[in-house]
Amino acid sequence: MSHILSRRKLITTGLATAAGISGLGVAAVLAERYGLVPPDHGGIFGVGETMTYTAQRILMSRHSLAREFNRSQISKVAPINGNPPESETYQRLLAGGFQDWRLTVDGLVARPASFSLAELKRFPSRAQITHQACEEGWSFIAEWTGVQLSTVLNFVGVRPEAKYVAYFSLDEAWWDSLDMPDALHPQTFLAYGMNGRELPTGHGAPVRMRVARQLGFKSVKHLRQITVTDTLKNIGDGRGSAGPAIGYSWYGGI
Amino acid sequence: MAESAYVAGLAIQNPEVLDAPRHSALVRITHWIHTLSFFALVVSGIGILLAHPRFYWGETGAVGTPSLFDLPLPFLVTTPTYVGPSSWGRNLHFLSAWICVLNGLLYAISGLLSQHFRKNLLPARSDLSGRSISGIVSDHLRLKRPSEEESLTYNVLQRLAYITVVFLLFPLMIWTGLAMSPSITSVFPILVTALHGQQSARTIHFFIANFLVLFLLVHIAMVCLAGFTKRVRAMITGRSVARKEPV
Repeated sequence: MSHILSRRKLITTGLATAAGISGLGVAAVLAERYGLVPPDHGGIFGVGETMTYTAQRILMSRHSLAREFNRSQISKVAPINGNPPESETYQRLLAGGFQDWRLTVDGLVARPASFSLAELKRFPSRAQITHQACEEGWSFIAEWTGVQLSTVLNFVGVRPEAKYVAYFSLDEAWWDSLDMPDALHPQTFLAYGMNGRELPTGHGAPVRMRVARQLGFKSVKHLRQITVTDTLKNIGDGRGSAGPAIGYSWYGGI
Repeated sequence: MAESAYVAGLAIQNPEVLDAPRHSALVRITHWIHTLSFFALVVSGIGILLAHPRFYWGETGAVGTPSLFDLPLPFLVTTPTYVGPSSWGRNLHFLSAWICVLNGLLYAISGLLSQHFRKNLLPARSDLSGRSISGIVSDHLRLKRPSEEESLTYNVLQRLAYITVVFLLFPLMIWTGLAMSPSITSVFPILVTALHGQQSARTIHFFIANFLVLFLLVHIAMVCLAGFTKRVRAMITGRSVARKEPV
């Protein structure tokens, strides 16, 4: 009797295990297919990253807007983290009032292009007064003026197989990327103005990314290049941004 | 399943009433998973805090603006040449938060279904009288050890403490944590506006963490007072006394 029971138990357990494993396999394939796996999914911490990113992408509206504030709530102190690039290139561009600066947009686009600051400013200009929190814990509210990244992406024509938009700083050590929902989000700006003035050098002149629904480190300063891609494996160490190398997660929606 | 051992009939069948399982298997497993995840959350929380050991009220706050209070700790900030503790801290915090929350949900749902909360944690109305509570408080102040009989159930102070931790402090911890997320609050802005802003949420998160650590210290002190070996054995094997033979 006990033999029969244990055999039955063995079969049930075996079937349950097989179903569980294939279920996980199917879930992994589906998650990959629908863009629910972050590029820094490896390692033990990658488990937490994946759960956070997957849960937010499944449960949350893709175009929900970050809170916007009144002019009176703009912070008097907007701290600057890190110094502008010391490279000769950046210093030369800065000295020339960024007249020679160009933003290259390439990769999976129909019409690769490069834009001067004046050309970017000819696109419809938008403004947002939003809260920016640093991963360190401090935060400030500022008004950002710029062109929606989606406007520029639509102008160059994003190919349907695109999955990510990578962006690179004149500060060679710094680059990052967004998935398409955040790249096409209405509050994702190429920002060239702050609090009614030109973007200050310390805050990323001439143009920085502004990603309202993520931590400050995603809003990379001093942009020089934007690349639309279907994989991040070939860029940097393949984890989607310069962040993971210093322990920051790729997804900064938190 | 071991919950059924709480049924009075089973306990009476057992010649040694004291040998009855003190904690169900699910409570024991979730207790120790929770122990690990809570420890990881506290350590990683301190790691995150060390990047900016300063607190504010309202939406914003930074060096150069007035703070609510400053902790006498160094600012350990990640730079291109130095990886600060907030880097691994945040990764570990989210991994352990997921474990803590899922484990907590399992505990809460099973506790509701098995009536564990109603039977073992909800204080009886009669126990909530001032005299009953002051009697237990005076027992505690005199460091009186509970009898074996008393240690089979939770007294009213334990019940109130556990209910506060499970149903008030941990939900508040999750709420204030989510209120710091710019993407979560883009969908549910009330999570942060009800708390007076993102920096307020961070400050409240810190205070509740302190209450939880305080609870842990009292919890450990009480376990020691009640007999460390016995109580820890009860939370591992389910029984207060060593089993003589397998049942």
